[in-house]
Amino acid sequence: MGRLQGLLFALATVALVVLATFYFTRPWLPPLKSDRIAIDHAIWLSLVVTGAVFILTNLLLAYFSWRYQDDGRTRAAYWHHNPRLEWSWTLVTALIMCTFLFKALNLWAAVNAEPPADAMLIEVTGQQFAWNVRYPGPDGMLGRTDHLLASQENPIGLDKSDPHAADDVLLLNQLYLPQDRAVRVQVRSMDVIHSFFLPNFRVKQDALPGMTVQIWFTPKETGDFEIACAEHCGLGHYRMRGQVHVVPVAQFDKALADAAVQ
Amino acid sequence: MTDMAHAPEAHAAEAHAHAEEAFIWKYVFSKNHRVIGIQYYVTAMVMALVAGLLAMLIRLQLAWPQRDWGVLAKLFPMGYDVGGGFGVMRPEFYAMLFTMHGTIMVFFVLSTAPVSGFGNILIPLQAGARDMAFPFLNGLSYWTFFVGCVVILSSFFVGAGAAAGGWTAYPPLSALKGAVPGSETGQTFWIIGMVFFIASFTMGGLNFVTTIINLRTKGLTPLRMPMTLWAMFLVAVLGLLAFPALVAACLMLIFDRHFGTSFFLPTGLVLNNVPLLGPDGKTFLHQGGSPLLWQHLFWFLGHPEVYILMLPALGFTSDILVTFARKPLFGYKSMVGALWAIAGLSFIVWGHHMFVSGMNPYLGMAFAVGTILIAVPSAVKVFNWLATLRGARIRFNTPMLWAVGVVSLFISGGLSGVWLAQSAPDIQLHDTMFVAAHFHLIMAGAALFGVFGATSYWFPKMFGRMMNDTLGKAHFWFTFVTYYGTFFPMHYIGIAGHLRRIYDPYQYEFLKPLQPINQLITISALILGSSQILFFVNFFWSAFAGKKATENPWQANGLEWTTASPPPHGNWPGPIPEVHRWPYEYANPDFPKDHVMQHEPLTAAEMEVKAAEGPSRHEH
Repeated sequence: MGRLQGLLFALATVALVVLATFYFTRPWLPPLKSDRIAIDHAIWLSLVVTGAVFILTNLLLAYFSWRYQDDGRTRAAYWHHNPRLEWSWTLVTALIMCTFLFKALNLWAAVNAEPPADAMLIEVTGQQFAWNVRYPGPDGMLGRTDHLLASQENPIGLDKSDPHAADDVLLLNQLYLPQDRAVRVQVRSMDVIHSFFLPNFRVKQDALPGMTVQIWFTPKETGDFEIACAEHCGLGHYRMRGQVHVVPVAQFDKALADAAVQ
Repeated sequence: MTDMAHAPEAHAAEAHAHAEEAFIWKYVFSKNHRVIGIQYYVTAMVMALVAGLLAMLIRLQLAWPQRDWGVLAKLFPMGYDVGGGFGVMRPEFYAMLFTMHGTIMVFFVLSTAPVSGFGNILIPLQAGARDMAFPFLNGLSYWTFFVGCVVILSSFFVGAGAAAGGWTAYPPLSALKGAVPGSETGQTFWIIGMVFFIASFTMGGLNFVTTIINLRTKGLTPLRMPMTLWAMFLVAVLGLLAFPALVAACLMLIFDRHFGTSFFLPTGLVLNNVPLLGPDGKTFLHQGGSPLLWQHLFWFLGHPEVYILMLPALGFTSDILVTFARKPLFGYKSMVGALWAIAGLSFIVWGHHMFVSGMNPYLGMAFAVGTILIAVPSAVKVFNWLATLRGARIRFNTPMLWAVGVVSLFISGGLSGVWLAQSAPDIQLHDTMFVAAHFHLIMAGAALFGVFGATSYWFPKMFGRMMNDTLGKAHFWFTFVTYYGTFFPMHYIGIAGHLRRIYDPYQYEFLKPLQPINQLITISALILGSSQILFFVNFFWSAFAGKKATENPWQANGLEWTTASPPPHGNWPGPIPEVHRWPYEYANPDFPKDHVMQHEPLTAAEMEVKAAEGPSRHEH
C-alpha cells in the first residue's frame, strides 16, 4: 500500500508534465495584428524558461517520491546542509530572474515610450456598457468635453460651442484603425472603471473616470476584430463588446466617413 | 505501515481536568487556545461550503451560459429568471457569485483555517506555552470573527443582494449605489463584515506575536523553531502591518458611499448618461478623488494577504515533509531566510496588480523589480524541499500526500508568476483566466492542500483521534486530479484572452471556440466540489469515532508530540518540557532510533562535540 502511493504520485506528476507541455506548445494566443510582437516573444521566452524548470523540478519530485520510499529496514541519508549547493541554486535563480528583469524593464519602457509625432489621435471613452470612439476630424483637434453636458443624446458631454468640436467624428462600439500607421488612443471613462482590451493587438488599458491615459501602437494587418472590456464594470460587463476595423490608410477617411453616417 | 514500537503514551491528561466548567464557558465562550482554534477551523469550513457552492454555480454558468436550470431557479429564486417558466442565471447574480466566492474564500476560509485555526491550535503546543498570551483577547477575536461571518452571510438576503463589485471592490463600482445592484446595501454589509474580520485578525495577530516572542519554553531559540512556528510569526506580523490600510480604505469607502465625501470618486461622474450632481443641481456631487487610491490601499493589504494565506501552508509542508521523509529538513536556515525574504518583499510588490491600471509606468517598473525578485526565495524553498526528499525514506500516509501536493502546486502556480511579474506580458494576461489559474494553483491551492495536510497530521492534537487513512487518501486523489483538471486548463484559455468575471464569454467571437474547454473545466470542478464530501465525512466520523491517537503517532520531533492527544488544559500535565535541539533530527546515525525529539537532552557525546566547537557554531 505504502509503495503504491509513491508510484501513483510519480505517475500522476509525469502525466501532468506530459499533458501540460503538450498543450502549452499549442498556439493559444489570439493572432497578432499589431506591432507588439515583442510581448509575444516575452511570453514565449517565459514559457521556455519556466517550462524547463517545471519539467525538471516535477521530474525530480516524481523520481524522489517513487525512488525514496520507506523500506522499513534502512535509514534516510543524514544530509541536510550543503552551503555550496544552496548558494549555487540561489545565485543561478537570481541570475535568471535578473535577466528576465532586464528584458522586462526594457520592453516596458518601449511599450510606454512617447508615440511617434505623426500618430493618429483617437479617444475611447467607456461607459456602462459601451465604448464611445471619437476622432478629431480634419482640424486634428478633439473638441472640448464637459461632463456636466452629458445626456442621452450626448453621452460624452461634447461641448458643441467649441469650434474644434464641430468636425469631431463620433462612433459607438466601432473603432476604425489605419493599417501601418501608429495610433495614440486616449482612454477615458464616464462612470466606473472599464478596461479597453484589444486581444489581437496585445493592448489593454484600464479606463478610469477622472483620468485620461494615453497608449499607442501600430495596427499591422487589415481585418475585423473585437474590443472587450476586461475590468468588471457592472451587470452588462459581459456584453460591453465593440469592433475593430483595420483598413488600409488610403481607404481610412472614406471608411470612417461611411461609418459616421450610419 | 508506521510501527508504533515506542509509544508509551498514556491518557493521564484527562485526570488533570480541573473543576467542571459549564458547557458554555468550556466550549462556546472558551478561552482555551485549542477550543478556539477548532472553533475558527470549523467556522471556516462552513464558510468554505458556502463559497464552494458559489463556485459551482459560477462554473455551471461558464460552461452552459444560456441554459435553463429549472431546479436551481427553485433553489435560488433571486438568481435566476423564473418568469415565463425558464431559469437562466441573471448577470447581477453572477457578479454576486464571483464577488462573494472570492471574498469568503480569501478572508473567511483561507486566512482563517490555516492562520487563526491552526495558529491557535499549534502555537502554544509548538512553542511550549500553557496557552496563548492573552486568552480573553483570543476568545474575543473568535467571536468578532463570528460576527463578521454572520454579517457577510446575511448580506445575501438584503435588498438587492450581496456585494457584486468583485472581491477587490474597486470604486466607483462599489461606491455608487446605481452602478451595480450589489452596491446598494450589500456592499455596506461587505464593508462592515470586513472590518469585523480585520479587527478579529488584528487581535489574533497581537496574540501570535506576543506568544511566540515571550512565551517560548526554555531552550527554544529562534533557530530551533519549527517552520510552522516561523510562518505563524511572520504571518501575524504581515497581518498587523498590512490590514490597517484596508480598514482605512473601508472607512473612506463608507464615507464616500454614505456621507458625500470623495476619497475615491473623481469629478465628472456620469451614470446612465445623467451627471451625478450635488444638492445645488449645478456642480458634481463628488469632486477630486481618485479610484487609484483605493487600488493602492487595497493591494497594499492584498498582496501581503496572499502570503498570509500561503506562508502557513509552506510551514505545514516543511514539517510534514520532514516527518514522513524521516530525514532532516534540508537547508533549515535558508528556509527561514526565504520566509523572511518573502514576507519582506511582499510589501513592495502590490503594484503588480496595477500594471495596466493607469498608474504611472515608472511605478510599474519598480513593482516589476520586487515581484520578479520574490521568485528567488520561492525557488529556494522548492529546491530545499526537493533536496529533503532526496535520499529520504518516505512514508506516504495522507498528510504526506497533501505535503507533496503542496510542493507540486507551488511549482505549477509559482512559475506562471514569472510571466505575470513582467509588466509587458501582463498587458495581455491581466484580468484573464491565466491569472485565475495562477492564483488558484499557488495561493488557493497551496493554502487549501496545506490545510488538508495539517488537518490529517495534527488531527490527534485537535480531537485525540486519528483520521481514517483510506478515506483520506481517496479524498486526496480525487482532489489532486480534479484540482489540476479544473485550474490548469485555465492557463490556456487565459492566454487565448478569456476574460475573468464574465457572465457569458460567448458573446465574443474569439471566445466561442473555448466553450468545450470550459465544459471540461466545469465537469472537473463539479467532481472536485463533490469529492469534498469525503473530507467532511472523514472529519466528523473521525472526530467522534476515529481510532484513539497516541501521544506521538507519527514519530515526529516537535514539542506538540510530547503531550497527550488531545493535550489537557494547560497543555502539559507536568512541567513544560525544555528544548535541547532543533525539530528536524531524523536519521542521525549517532542515535539508536531514527528520530530524536526536541526535548531530549543532549547525550554525553553531543556535549563533548559542543564544548569542542565552542559557542559560536550554529547548533542543531
